[in-house]
Amino acid sequence: MTDTLDDPIYKTDALIAEDIDQYLEVHQHKTMLRFITCGSVDDGKSTLIGRLLYDSKMIFEDQLEALQSDSKRVGTQGQEIDFALLVDGLAAEREQGITIDVAYRFFATEKRKFIVADTPGHEQYTRNMVTGASTADLAVILIDARKGVLVQTRRHSYLAHLIGIKNIVLAVNKMDLVDYDPAVYDAILKDYTEFARSIGITAFTPIPISGFKGDNITGPSANTPWYTGPALIEHLETVEVDQVSDQEKPFRMAVQWVNRPNLDFRGFSGQIATGTVKVGDAIRVLPSGKTSTVSRIVTLGGDLDTAVAGQSVTLCFADEVDCSRGDVIAASDNPPQAADQFEATIVWMADEEMLPGRPYWLKIGTQTVTATIQQPKYQVNVNTMEHLAAKTLELNAIGVANLSTDKQVVFEPYEANRTLGGFILIDKITNATVAAGMLHFSLRRAQNVHWQATDVSRDFHAGLKNQKPAVLWFTGLSGAGKSTIANLVEKKLARMNRHTFLLDGDNVRHGLNKDLGFTDADRVENIRRVGEVAKLMTDAGLIVITAFISPFRAEREMVRQMMQPGEFIEVHIDTPLADAEARDVKGLYKKARSGELKNFTGIDSPYEAPEDPEIRIDTTAMTAEQAAEAIVARIIP
Amino acid sequence: MIDSKRLTHLERLEAESIHILREVVAEAEKPVMLYSVGKDSAVMLHLARKAFYPSPPPFPLLHVDTTWKFKAMYDLRDRMARESGMELLVYHNPEAQERGINPFDHGPLHTDMWKTEGLKQALNLYGFDAAFGGARRDEEKSRAKERIFSFRTASHGWDPKNQRPELWNLYNARKNKGESIRIFPISNWTELDIWQYIHLNDVPIVPLYFAEERPTVERDGMLLMVDDERFPLKPGEEPLMRSIRFRTLGCYPLTGAVESTAKTLPEVIQETLLTTTSERQGRAIDKDAGGAGMEKKKQEGYF
Repeated sequence: MTDTLDDPIYKTDALIAEDIDQYLEVHQHKTMLRFITCGSVDDGKSTLIGRLLYDSKMIFEDQLEALQSDSKRVGTQGQEIDFALLVDGLAAEREQGITIDVAYRFFATEKRKFIVADTPGHEQYTRNMVTGASTADLAVILIDARKGVLVQTRRHSYLAHLIGIKNIVLAVNKMDLVDYDPAVYDAILKDYTEFARSIGITAFTPIPISGFKGDNITGPSANTPWYTGPALIEHLETVEVDQVSDQEKPFRMAVQWVNRPNLDFRGFSGQIATGTVKVGDAIRVLPSGKTSTVSRIVTLGGDLDTAVAGQSVTLCFADEVDCSRGDVIAASDNPPQAADQFEATIVWMADEEMLPGRPYWLKIGTQTVTATIQQPKYQVNVNTMEHLAAKTLELNAIGVANLSTDKQVVFEPYEANRTLGGFILIDKITNATVAAGMLHFSLRRAQNVHWQATDVSRDFHAGLKNQKPAVLWFTGLSGAGKSTIANLVEKKLARMNRHTFLLDGDNVRHGLNKDLGFTDADRVENIRRVGEVAKLMTDAGLIVITAFISPFRAEREMVRQMMQPGEFIEVHIDTPLADAEARDVKGLYKKARSGELKNFTGIDSPYEAPEDPEIRIDTTAMTAEQAAEAIVARIIP
Repeated sequence: MIDSKRLTHLERLEAESIHILREVVAEAEKPVMLYSVGKDSAVMLHLARKAFYPSPPPFPLLHVDTTWKFKAMYDLRDRMARESGMELLVYHNPEAQERGINPFDHGPLHTDMWKTEGLKQALNLYGFDAAFGGARRDEEKSRAKERIFSFRTASHGWDPKNQRPELWNLYNARKNKGESIRIFPISNWTELDIWQYIHLNDVPIVPLYFAEERPTVERDGMLLMVDDERFPLKPGEEPLMRSIRFRTLGCYPLTGAVESTAKTLPEVIQETLLTTTSERQGRAIDKDAGGAGMEKKKQEGYF
């Protein structure tokens, strides 16, 4: 057990003691590798990480003392140090709830600094593994030599490949427990090679190891003379990271911030995603397409002649070119495309399922836009890679779907560029990060469907009717009185020669929306369609009155965004649930209470009341007639 | 022909930190940098100057002071504020000041009132919605799991079970009403990375990190420096000159020194590399409430 402690691979204590300047010189030139370890606890992941930390002396004496006494007390390795306790010691807190999560650990050898993302392997933590993998250069996939390729092995390999990790190490662990038998190793290799090819992994590095005994961890093991490849650490120290291949791609940098300390200086700050940039290079700003040349690459330590992918810099241009946060600066002769409709893989990360049609914030690089997702084309079973039909995506589900954005997005396929192809989705109400995604390609539709300009404008339509178009959007519980009051309002407006149309929830569900039910996803689509119809009607110059429960804030907000500023008037028909239920005109509450009717707003489906409606009608304080008068008075002064 | 260039680990860490600093400035309404004058703060401040050069960093420095820091820390603080061209805000919890809360008589209450309460009061007073802090993930167990963008409730609590996923270098800086964000740009740096960076970039740090003969007394196994006349000596206790330095800096009565002869940065790094105890061992704060001390403090709003 102590053989590796003095191993010179990690820390040359002698050099540190004798010539610290020489040591620092060597260490200044270290590179960095970020990797993820996958495998369930049984595969020996904790033991391996514990050993890497221990062997690289990242464990200090005070921590080691605790580890030694814990090993004797609760360890599973007799009197020897149980490395698993080092990591699982944290797992005890996980029990209390924090560690079902990525934990980052650090160690270094003379050649490299390593950041290990330690993620739990169970299926319910898929999102955590994807999170850890998103910043990794390499994945170590552990296999228990006694068990071979398992369902988890497949899932972890699939996820690592999905997130675009090119360097995969297959660590066949616990070789000591199969007597270092090459036949066992070869059989596993054959199995895995076949599987890997089937999901598109073309190359990986297999290594037979024992995390517990230390075989092939820091150097070649005498127990595996039949293995001639590198030890794990050797491989991690020398494997080429993507950085270099990123530098060979065309230049792209997303603008984070415009640096403008005074009138004489205007610089554009960002981290270079791919390629290299030199003073004098011709560049193009996207999506505008304006061109210029790089006049300076500014840093605190002095101007640079050239900068490469991965560096954070500030660029100045030779010309005054409009450029701001969210724009992408790219090589002039090889710029990326912009589009507003895409196909993407989506990993859902929130407890609330994805709602097709609901608008989410989409953040990609430094661009933030509004995006809506269509019903998934399929969901992937992460254990078998089968494609399943799906209406939505739930927590930890991975699927492929089309999405559209409200603005042009400068992008590249994720495979070519993580920065311009990877995105997150953010819930507009809770602000939570609900999904991660990877763009595949833009859809032709976005390029080929254009707006047709019409000669009779919306202003002209409205002018003919001598009125200002508007949408009176009634929202409230079932039985609150929406339809009754809306009907009275329309009658009053008609008497005043106003051109109106009333869209009623029940009526619309008999025709336009008869294919929709009452699940959350269908409710969202219901409102989206009504919103689009109402919008067309305002273009025709009408005053539209809608009476829908429309229980979710996000969709009411979506409709508001569709309309011209000031044309959306939210009318909250505010009736306490008890009152609406007591009235129960249609007998629906009774059915909902008995369980006969599912997903009923207010009973087993939520109603999100407006926070700041233009008009609020308290039905306990006025009659329907008074309410209608108050509403008309507000819009016809 | 493309000149490919392998970035060193420090270059990659620096680029990541600068990216984080700029994202916050671009997306937050009113950011501030928590400045504790220690070596981690020194590196964070240096990174901020790099990130926004030639502009000065577009946010103020906030020092939540306890009045019990080492004198040398106050000197460096004022000098760095001048040199960086940044506004320096110093906050003292008025209640702690009035009640004369001090580390000798009040134990854990000293940290609670001056630092935890003081920080909350300062953030509320100025209405900062985003605060940079110099914490690192390798420092302590609960930090290893904390996000780079860490959200706090209106009462500044931390909910470790409800953290947002953080993918690639995409940070979601959107917050709910009343929420604020703590951002840790040097999360992925280790103690050694910090020292090497200071060495390579000549980042100014407090001289207390270097060994010198200083007046000390030994209490509960900790070597404490008698930095001013407020240090109450016990009967018969006599400050002893020892060659000491500090691995971390905080309130002088709570910060243990190590005996050392390391007078230059390489010597300090040499000692750090050859040392056998973890860095936070010199801090009394982690010992409160057993192993979960830091986690508990963070939930209560400590940085």
